[in-house]
Amino acid sequence: MKLNELTMTQLKAKFDDGQATASAAVADVLSAIEAGQKYNAYITVCEADTLFARAERIDKARISGAPLGALAGVPIAIKDNMCMKGVRTTAGSRMLENFIAPYDATVVERLEAAGAIIVGKTNLDEFAMGSSNETSFFGPVKNPRDSETIPGGSSGGSAAAVAANLCSAALGSDTGGSVRQPASHTGTVGLKPTYGRVSRFGLIAFASSLDQIGPMTKSVEDAALLLEAIAGHDPRDATSVDRAVPAFQSFVAMGVEGMRLGIPREYFEAEAGVDPDVLANVRGAIQKLEEAGATIVDISLPHTEYAVATYYLIATAEASSNLARYDGVRYGYRADEAKTLLEMYERTRAEGFGDEIKRRIMLGTFVLSTGYYDAYYRKAQQVRTLISQDFDRAFSKVDAIVTPTAPSAAFRFGQKSADPLQMYLEDIYTISCNLAGLPGISVPCGTNKAGLPTGLQMLAPRFEEATLFRVAGQCERSLA
Amino acid sequence: MEISREQVLHIARLARLRLGEDEVAGFQKDLNSILGYVDKLRELDTTGVEPTTHAVPIDGVLREDVADQRLSPDAILGNAPQKQEGYFRVPKVVED
Amino acid sequence: MSVYDKYEVVIGLEVHCQLLTDSKIFSSAPTTFGAAPNTQVCEVDLGLPGALPVLNKQAVEFAIRAGLALGCEIRPTSQFARKNYFYPDLPKGYQISQHVHPICEHGSLTVELESLSRRVRVMRIHMEEDAGKSSHLEGKPVSLVDLNRAGVPLIEIVSEPDLRSSDEAVAYLKELHSIVVYLGVCDGNMEEGSFRCDANVSVRLHGQAELGTRAELKNINSFKFIKDAINYEVRRQIDLIEAGQKIVQETRLYNPNKGVTFSMRSKEESHDYRYFPEPDLPLLVIDSAWLERVRAAMPELPAKKRARFVEAYDLGAHDAEVLCASAPVADYFEAAIEGYAKNPKVLANWVINELLREVSGDQTIDTVPVRPPQLARLVELIDTGVLSGKLAKQVFEAMVESGQEADAIVEEKGLVQVSDEGAITQIIDEIFEQNPGQVSAFREGKTTLIGWFVGQVMKQSRGKANPQIVNDLLRAKLEGQ
Ligand SMILES: [Mg+2]
Ligand SMILES: [Zn+2]
Repeated sequence: MKLNELTMTQLKAKFDDGQATASAAVADVLSAIEAGQKYNAYITVCEADTLFARAERIDKARISGAPLGALAGVPIAIKDNMCMKGVRTTAGSRMLENFIAPYDATVVERLEAAGAIIVGKTNLDEFAMGSSNETSFFGPVKNPRDSETIPGGSSGGSAAAVAANLCSAALGSDTGGSVRQPASHTGTVGLKPTYGRVSRFGLIAFASSLDQIGPMTKSVEDAALLLEAIAGHDPRDATSVDRAVPAFQSFVAMGVEGMRLGIPREYFEAEAGVDPDVLANVRGAIQKLEEAGATIVDISLPHTEYAVATYYLIATAEASSNLARYDGVRYGYRADEAKTLLEMYERTRAEGFGDEIKRRIMLGTFVLSTGYYDAYYRKAQQVRTLISQDFDRAFSKVDAIVTPTAPSAAFRFGQKSADPLQMYLEDIYTISCNLAGLPGISVPCGTNKAGLPTGLQMLAPRFEEATLFRVAGQCERSLA
Repeated sequence: MEISREQVLHIARLARLRLGEDEVAGFQKDLNSILGYVDKLRELDTTGVEPTTHAVPIDGVLREDVADQRLSPDAILGNAPQKQEGYFRVPKVVED
Repeated sequence: MSVYDKYEVVIGLEVHCQLLTDSKIFSSAPTTFGAAPNTQVCEVDLGLPGALPVLNKQAVEFAIRAGLALGCEIRPTSQFARKNYFYPDLPKGYQISQHVHPICEHGSLTVELESLSRRVRVMRIHMEEDAGKSSHLEGKPVSLVDLNRAGVPLIEIVSEPDLRSSDEAVAYLKELHSIVVYLGVCDGNMEEGSFRCDANVSVRLHGQAELGTRAELKNINSFKFIKDAINYEVRRQIDLIEAGQKIVQETRLYNPNKGVTFSMRSKEESHDYRYFPEPDLPLLVIDSAWLERVRAAMPELPAKKRARFVEAYDLGAHDAEVLCASAPVADYFEAAIEGYAKNPKVLANWVINELLREVSGDQTIDTVPVRPPQLARLVELIDTGVLSGKLAKQVFEAMVESGQEADAIVEEKGLVQVSDEGAITQIIDEIFEQNPGQVSAFREGKTTLIGWFVGQVMKQSRGKANPQIVNDLLRAKLEGQ
């Protein structure tokens, strides 16, 4: 078995036993990336020389018995909306096609401090806005499970890289499901941490109050390991929370004996449009969890049907403001030969942004504008409160909530891109979690009739990622 | 509500997006379709409900007032589309 | 009665003060003024992708201090908001400011003019970041952008429209200026833009309840210009109304060279700033313990200090005002009192008339070589008759030059005043002998010659003779015989 095919945990064990070196791991990953170019998973692959130099340093340190970080020598990919000093950081946009980040995101610093080798920057929907990876300026990513289908989005490149073994693990970012939904579509594990658990410093903002960076891995244990490395308070992000980071790995094997798991009836009602294969798989998984000792509880999250509307108002409003900085003045794309400042602004942004970005900026600008703020933006913030309260009530009865991750398995290219609303509904199960700031995880949960993977989502109270790891770990074992 | 063509142009101007003739109608249609969908929020009575800005309560950590200079001049101006003598250069700000 | 007298002037002021922090309001980049362009910036000030703001604690304390000084309520929780608009000076495409819940609200400031005392309500003080600066290249179609100032902390102090003349506006600004400088929150440097003012000006007929349409005069950076700009604007508005025209609500700029205000006439669509709460910053929570700590460290404010000086040192109102116009000067004066407490009035005169004259250019009262104990000793030497006022001035000048103590200079230059009657009588006799004509002229009634005689004695004694004794002896000798 090639080293790139191992989970991080397996690879680490081989390093520890002296059966593998970081250099060999990098070599295997680089040749897999070469062979897997058809997936278009990476926008930028780091210089081979730099990667090997770093790997050799780690191998030498290991031999000499020097202390090593938890991820020493592990090849990891990061979504190309995280700044990495000296490396091109594009956010999947023409606007930043040639932008070289002059500083490191906090997650990059933490990965490197843990000894990880960041092999490259993965493809994504432009500025993380999309659910199919079709909005990337660098072309769509193909799903390694079936290259006729989308990999999900917006962290489709990271999901594909993990699924096709083009790295040992990856980071994605999740604003409305962008880690969990592509994980579901590619048969991988994706975790969105509690808002504030992981620093957003250096993450190119889509919607500031919803964005969160999370691990995308081949196993639940890997997700726990990667989260431990990147989580924790960061004085450079005022919304990062000062809380101890538990040893998440220790919860993975703990089982669900005595746990109470909530099944929100609104997520299973026919009008939610859930695919029967997905439903069957999820029901199967719930049964296994019950067999493993969990109590299944019927719960209600009554404001579920308002989540997508609420999300699109809040996310686009924040995005319209977050994307105002792309004006062609200090960095990024600038339209040629504009004669006036206004012309420079308007053409730079018209030419630099793709259609979906413009659509969302337009919507966000509108809902914040004079006369509409109260009816749209403020209203959405109030409904956000109601959605949050639904979860607070539910979590007074249950330890975690179990749902499908996406309404269906991966769909074909172009299938939903003509109708923005259809695409937005792809996130129907994942969006509430971001609105309420909760942690959520998606694990593989069988396949549909066409053999495409489907996912199971678990949600927990804020800062209870440990609970997610218990339930997700059980699913992984029970469904294996 | 329905967004008019003039409103589309007004929003595009506020957002500094130049729309082509053909795009205006498309955005008008998309925005109206999305707004039609989000109108379902009106069903909910939210009188007295506090709006949520931050979903997770955060005890704000402040910075101590200590200055440092982290970025080199190259890092600061290195990505500039146009620069001149240490400044970012843009088309004239005030038109005469 | 002039047509202008039919109208009442209504003015509200918005003052931006740059706060005296070392680092910016949301980043650790330095705030040094006058540095090479784009050198005092980091990823946050440049609005780089992924950068996030973190609030400077010192800036908050400065804002609280200003709020307390103006009698404001300090909100236990306040909120930052984004004000969205495009401008090359504004790197993120929005300014982080406060909108619905500013840090301070509902204060007031009383301004004293000769004939009236006016309580001006302070609506709010909010915190925000400054923008960068673009300069226009003469004759070229380009502008150059420097972001050093972007992110420098500001407080904006917004008054209610309670001012009724340009004189009141200037008095309000001067008092506010003196307060923020006193508080140590702002250096008050108007030329560098550390203290700048927008004035909302309107007029209405006396007795009319509703406000007239206002013009906003932007970014005026001297007391004189404010006065001139308001006066011009008031006349302009009244002239328009009298001519049957309407006032347009607009932003106007003041041209000090021409002494006129002119419309900023932007082709922009009406402003729509699309304010919304800043999601990158949590609510700003100021608990009572923090508030009390800041309150306890508050310095005495100018108005209170002036009253105390008049009361405790028996000074005239004008002297107290001059001394209290600047905290370092007032502190200097009080330190000198500690050295010699018997004659505050004379000490005050020395500070006002002599010491402050030395304060110019790079020199501040804290760098003048004559320190408070030294000035105190000099006044003591005058009071005890060792030095005449005239000699004291010579000694003072030498002290400024050399930084030496008064006693050392007196000794070195032999400047002690001669009060010995015998020695003075001897000089007088010599002068009488040499000038018999003057003596008889005096005795024949030309008594104004007394001044001439005093001058001669002083000249003869090289200024050291005690003038009072000289006078007494001369009169006795000239009139007595
Ligand atoms: Mg203002
Ligand atoms: Zn302001």
